[in-house]
Amino acid sequence: MSKFKKKQAGTKQGVPTSAMPDVVFMLLIFFMVTTVLREVELQVQIEYAQAENIEKIEEKRLVSYIYIGPERLSGNRLGETRVQIDDGLIEDMGEIRNIMYDKLMEEPRMIVSLRVDQDSEFGIVTDVQQELRHANALRINYSTRRDI
Amino acid sequence: MLNKKRNRESGEIDGSSLADIAFLLLIFFLVVTTIDVDTGIGLVLPPIPDDIEPPPVRERNLMNILVNAQGMVLINEQPAAINTIRERVREFVNNNGADPDLSESPDDAIVSIKTDRQTPYNVYIDMLDEVMGAYEELRHQASMDRFGVPYSSLERQSAQREEIQEMFPKRISIAEPDEG
Repeated sequence: MSKFKKKQAGTKQGVPTSAMPDVVFMLLIFFMVTTVLREVELQVQIEYAQAENIEKIEEKRLVSYIYIGPERLSGNRLGETRVQIDDGLIEDMGEIRNIMYDKLMEEPRMIVSLRVDQDSEFGIVTDVQQELRHANALRINYSTRRDI
Repeated sequence: MLNKKRNRESGEIDGSSLADIAFLLLIFFLVVTTIDVDTGIGLVLPPIPDDIEPPPVRERNLMNILVNAQGMVLINEQPAAINTIRERVREFVNNNGADPDLSESPDDAIVSIKTDRQTPYNVYIDMLDEVMGAYEELRHQASMDRFGVPYSSLERQSAQREEIQEMFPKRISIAEPDEG
């Protein structure tokens, strides 16, 4: 009995914490690198459609988004279906061509992610797609969620 | 006098609060980070046609899917239920010349999708989902036969994956919208 006791007393208690700042810094750097700070402020309401056969977009940096949905008005009301790119609503469909063309010049492997509200009509999506074709931005992706 | 004063000060910065600062930043970034990945149905739009005539496509190699304004799906002008599309597309693509009305080979098979201006978006996505599902099943089958592993477990840009993709290329075409 006494033998056991002695051994226990000899062990040093407590975890060494001197390496903790290093670990924390490592984690910190990881999260700093992975964080995408600015998501645009949505001015349109979007509820994603659901689909099963979907693929992941691995490289988030290649993606640029186009949002299509009913405009959010003050007092929780919804307006006409509008198109939003970055932080601004598109007034004239012809603008899309120039915006997307400029983006494509910056990133030739660009994927355009269309985030469309599921209750929209397809006509406006067709218009956007025609503009994308004119801008030669042909890789698109319909953003959907998996059924839960 | 001066010398004495300097000696009393310690020359180092106190580092014990460094961990606290790092923790604070860490928590900030933890809260701000969204790790969820984007998911969706990928598609490549056809380029704007030039004046050059597109190569003629034999009618048997073309499957027309129309989603009309009422949200009804028509395959080759015949109404079809959404849950039958997958089977129809599979039969059409993997026909290999057996049925004279269906495609000659998966390489020739083209699925052409047409929509109306009033087509509901979610019906369109459901339909596209089924078409993608058909291709996915065919690729899965081919991968199992050839390599004995599911298609989804083949690594990206690997030779095997590209081989399967070449066997069943996704030839999905968005039809030109009507004027007006």
